[in-house]
Amino acid sequence: MAMFMQQQTDDSSFKKNMLFRGQQDQSSALPSVGFVPAKSPTTHTQYPYVTGSSVLGIKYKDGVLIAADCGGSYGSTLRYKSVERLKAVGKSTVIGASGEISDFQQIMRYLDELTLKDKMWDDGNTLGPKEVHNYLCRVMYNHRNKFDPLWNTLILGGVKNGVKYLGMVSMIGVHFEENHVASGFGNHLARPIFRDEWKEDLSLEEGILLLEKCFRVLLYRDRSAVNKLQVANITAEGITISKPYALRTEWEYKAFQNPTQGVEGSW
Amino acid sequence: MLLEGSNRRIHSVHRHAGMAMAGLAADGRQIVSQARGEANSYLSNYGEEIPIKELCDRVASYVHLCTLYWWLRPFGSAALLGGYDRDGPQLYMIEPSGVAYRYFGAAVGKGRQAAKTEIEKLNLSEMTCREGVIEVAKILYSVHDEAKDKAFELEMSWICDESNREHQRVPADLLEDAKAVAKAALEEDMDAD
Repeated sequence: MAMFMQQQTDDSSFKKNMLFRGQQDQSSALPSVGFVPAKSPTTHTQYPYVTGSSVLGIKYKDGVLIAADCGGSYGSTLRYKSVERLKAVGKSTVIGASGEISDFQQIMRYLDELTLKDKMWDDGNTLGPKEVHNYLCRVMYNHRNKFDPLWNTLILGGVKNGVKYLGMVSMIGVHFEENHVASGFGNHLARPIFRDEWKEDLSLEEGILLLEKCFRVLLYRDRSAVNKLQVANITAEGITISKPYALRTEWEYKAFQNPTQGVEGSW
Repeated sequence: MLLEGSNRRIHSVHRHAGMAMAGLAADGRQIVSQARGEANSYLSNYGEEIPIKELCDRVASYVHLCTLYWWLRPFGSAALLGGYDRDGPQLYMIEPSGVAYRYFGAAVGKGRQAAKTEIEKLNLSEMTCREGVIEVAKILYSVHDEAKDKAFELEMSWICDESNREHQRVPADLLEDAKAVAKAALEEDMDAD
């Protein structure tokens, strides 16, 4: 119905940049005749501001485990230490995000809308991890095609109808499904460990030990890792996301004690 | 011949609100669709779920709008809007004229007079939702005229603390119990006559 359109907030830069016939551009001394061209092309954010570091995910015997730390870095500053980067989507999926946190919040809004619409159909069907993964692939890829990427790498894990699912989507839309995934630095530091030590039918304790081992390596070697992690466990029964906890780290090595001993001219 | 559960008259408007409609089914669906749009846009704008009074006002304005212009026809259905927000649970009824009031008990459609009388007999301020389910089933069965009306399928939904303040179908076992009690009460009445 044409009469009753909802107010759309039109935030396109098109209107801000273009001036039409007769309009006066206050900031410049241009005459108010004719078509004044746009001052600069429309651009979108090209770089992230507050970023989350790695997310790790593995399949184990009863389901899927995903781990992420609670850090939000502002460039090289470890600015926010309580960012929850693991969120449940519906009853059978957990999404973990690394990269720009505000884009992750936007993705959560998309997913909230999606799950709400799905719920309101009330037809006995729910969105499982595979469906959510596919939806996110489309969203990420389409954003990238418009040169307006959502600067995230997303790890999706879940169990539906007894089938375990673990996959990844990157900010350019690259996606795949695997037994063990990682994002960011985890790809370089954790995945080699997964390749050596992951096996089918890990128990819950073994899975968590493996994740903690990789996380410890990240703590030691990745500057944007924070010693406060959460682990999400998705099984056929449901989702549990643990409270944040810290890992023990070892700093009592002899080489670290009195590091300037014997160095000439040290103070 | 109709498949059970295919003729839905109760729809969720948002997590915290639901709507039941009586009258022209297609018109009712349009009202629900409009309500969903309003609820979504409010959430988008304000980051909070729409208060039920606000939702009712918006939907009522829309229904009223369709009575103002010669090239639109009024909606041929009334809607009962129930929801749970910060001010607690609320029930509103939106009529085709665009008028909307808040109620503690309301009925629309055929047999509404008799149903309203029955509702007035209930002690609503003390009744829990679970008890309410059974009472409502009893009323619906008693108002249904065996001779004149066609067979019907009972559909019920609720929003209460038990459902986590979310609009959802009444659990199947509870609904079956309610139906059984209602049918038994009806037979008692018939025997008494």
